[in-house]
Amino acid sequence: MPPHPFALVGSGAPQPCRPHPRFLVTRPQWATLVESLEVTPEVAVLGLWGDPALVHAVLLDEATGRFCIASAPTADGRYLALSPVRPGAARFERMVQDLWGLVAEGAADLRPWLDHGRWPVTAPLAARPAPHAMPPPQPEFLPAEGEGLHQIPVGPVHAGIIEPGHFRFHVQGETVVRLEQRLGYLHKGSIGLMLGKPARVAARFAARLSGDSTVAHGWAFAQAVEAALEVTPPPRAIALRALMAELERIHNHLNDWGFVCNDAAFTWPHARCGALREGVLRAAAVAFGHRLMMDRVIPGGVSVDITPGGAAAVGAALDAVAAEIPTLLAVYESHASLQDRVVGTGVVDAGLAARFAAGGYVGRATGRGFDARAMPGYAPYPELQPQVPVLTQGDVDARVRIRIAELEDSLRMARALLAGLPPGEVTVALPQRGGEGLGITEGFRGECLHHVVLDDGGLVRAVFPRDPSWLQWPLLEAAIEGNIVADFPLCNKSFNCSYSGVDL
Amino acid sequence: MQSLRRLMWPRLARSLFATPLTDPPPVVPEELVQALADRLEESSQQRLGRSLSIRQVDAGSCNGCELEINALNNVVHDLERFGLRFVASPRHADVLLVTGPLTRNMREALERTWACTPDPKWIVAVGDCAVDGGVFKGSYAVEGGIGAALPVDLVIPGCPPTPTQMLEGLLALVEAQSRPAGR
Repeated sequence: MPPHPFALVGSGAPQPCRPHPRFLVTRPQWATLVESLEVTPEVAVLGLWGDPALVHAVLLDEATGRFCIASAPTADGRYLALSPVRPGAARFERMVQDLWGLVAEGAADLRPWLDHGRWPVTAPLAARPAPHAMPPPQPEFLPAEGEGLHQIPVGPVHAGIIEPGHFRFHVQGETVVRLEQRLGYLHKGSIGLMLGKPARVAARFAARLSGDSTVAHGWAFAQAVEAALEVTPPPRAIALRALMAELERIHNHLNDWGFVCNDAAFTWPHARCGALREGVLRAAAVAFGHRLMMDRVIPGGVSVDITPGGAAAVGAALDAVAAEIPTLLAVYESHASLQDRVVGTGVVDAGLAARFAAGGYVGRATGRGFDARAMPGYAPYPELQPQVPVLTQGDVDARVRIRIAELEDSLRMARALLAGLPPGEVTVALPQRGGEGLGITEGFRGECLHHVVLDDGGLVRAVFPRDPSWLQWPLLEAAIEGNIVADFPLCNKSFNCSYSGVDL
Repeated sequence: MQSLRRLMWPRLARSLFATPLTDPPPVVPEELVQALADRLEESSQQRLGRSLSIRQVDAGSCNGCELEINALNNVVHDLERFGLRFVASPRHADVLLVTGPLTRNMREALERTWACTPDPKWIVAVGDCAVDGGVFKGSYAVEGGIGAALPVDLVIPGCPPTPTQMLEGLLALVEAQSRPAGR
C-alpha cells in the first residue's frame, strides 16, 4: 500500500511557495505518487504544467481541503504520465509536450494538442526551442467503428458568434456515438509573453486569458503575486474585487441561462436575460469604467475605486435582476416545450465528474460540491458565507438550475458588499523582490488557478494560468454520447467552456 | 400569483404598450462615412444597398470581443433594426467581422472563410488585437492583426470596443454604401 499522496509529496524538499506548499520530489517518489493516486480517489489533480526541466502538478485533497504542488525533475525530457490514473491529466500532458517538449511516459494520448504544426518553432517554452518549417500535418481522430457510422466535422469556424474549435462527431443516424474535440486554434502564446515582465504588466495577459472571466483570472493572478511578495491588499480593494467577481458571475449566468433557452428555440427568456445583463454591464461601466471590468484587478489591489455614482447604478441593476428572476424561473419551469429539451439531456455521470475533478456548475450539477470560495476560501468570502448549491441529475437542466441558485446568492453577496464597503486605499505598492505563490479564485465557470514565480527583480520567471475548462471540456465529450446531434448546441451552451482559456 | 407568473401572454401583451428598451441610434462620424465611401469608389465595388449580412470570425480573441458582439443582438442595441444581421455561413455574408490577433493556428481557417464569401465583400477588424495584434503582438503564435492576411476595410479599436462603438462603425458602412464618393 503506497503512502497517501500528500504524505508522499510532503516528504520531498520544501520550496518557498505560498500560501500552499510546493515540494520537489525525486523521480522514484513521483512514480510512487502515480501508484498512490490510483488508490486515493479523493485526491484530485487540478493541473499539470512544465518548466524547462521540471513538471508540476497541483493536488487537492478533497477530504481535507488541502492543496499542494508536487514538482519532479525530468530525465532526457521525460516524466511518468499521470493520465493512466487521472484521465483529466491527458490534455495537460499533450499541452506540456507541445509547449515544453516534455514527454509523458505511458500517457493515455500523446497526439499534439496546441501545436498544429503552424508555429515557426517547436516546444516554444523549452530551454532551446527548435525551428520548425514542415507543412502542418493532418490531424488524427480517434476511430469509431460500426455499421452505418458516419462523421460530421464542425468548425473551427462555427455558425454562431462563438470561439473557434473543431468538433468531430461520429454519428449513427441521429445519435452521437463519439465526439472528439480538437482545440488550440486560439493559442496566442500567453505564457511566453508573460515571462520576463513585471507582475503588473503580466497581469494584462491574465486578464485576457478568457475575457468572460477577466475578473476571476485577474484576481487569481493577483493573489499569486501577492502571496509571493507577502503583501496584503487593503480591505477596500478586497471588497471591490469580490463585488466585481460577483457582477461577473451574474452577467455570465444570465447570459448562459438565456442562451440555453435560445438554443431550445425559446427566445423570450433570452431577450429578457439579455436586457438584464446589459443593465449589469452598464452599471459596471458606470462604477468601474469598463463594461467587463477588464484590468480593474491588479496585483496589489484594484486599479480604480468605485465611482461616486457607481454604487447606486450597480444597486439599481441588481434590483432589476432580482425582481425578474421569479418570473423567468416560473416561465422556464412551466413550458413543456423547453423542459422537454433540457431535462434528461446531456447527462454527466457523477463518477466521471469526480474522476476528472470538474469544478463549477458542471461538477455541482452532478454531486461534486467544490467551490473555491468555500474551499480553501479567501477574503472576503468567509464573512459572506457563499452558498454552494449541489444537484445530482447532471443534465442540462441541473446545470441551468445551479446557475440560477448561484445568481440569487451572488445578488445577495453583491448587495452586502455594496452596503458595507470598507473605507481607505485601494492599492498597495509591490516590493521589488522575488517569491512564489499559488492563487485560487472561483470564477463563474469554476476555480481559476495561477502559479507565479517572480525573480529578485520582481519579473515573472515562471507562470501557469489554469482555466477551469481544462477539466470540463472532456466531460462534454461524454455528456453528448447517446444524445442526438441537434441537442449538441444545448449541451455545449450548458457547459459553456472557454476555448481561449485552455488554448493559452 | 405563481400561476399568473407562468403565463407569458400577459407580459407580451403589456410590452405592446410599453416604451421600447432599445437605445436611440448612435451618431455616425461623417469623416468615417466619407472615407469608407471613397474606399468603396476606389475599389469600384458594387453597392450592396442599405442592408448587410455579417459573418463573425474569431481569429484568436480572448472572447471579450465576442461577448460585446453578442450584446449587439440584445433588445437594447437591436442590430437588426438597421438592416444588419448575423448569418451562419460566410457564403451568405457581405461582411466578415473579425476579432483577435490572428493566431497562426487560425490563419488558414480565416483565409478559407474569406474565399467562401461572395463578392462584393468587406472586412472589418474589431478590437485592438485585430488591429495590430494588441498585447499579443510579437508572440511566436500570432500573425499580428487581421491585416497580415486580409485587406481590412474598417477597424474598430477598443479592448473590447463597446457595442455602441461597433454599431457606429457598422452604420458608417451602411451609410457609405448609399452615397457617392466625394472628390
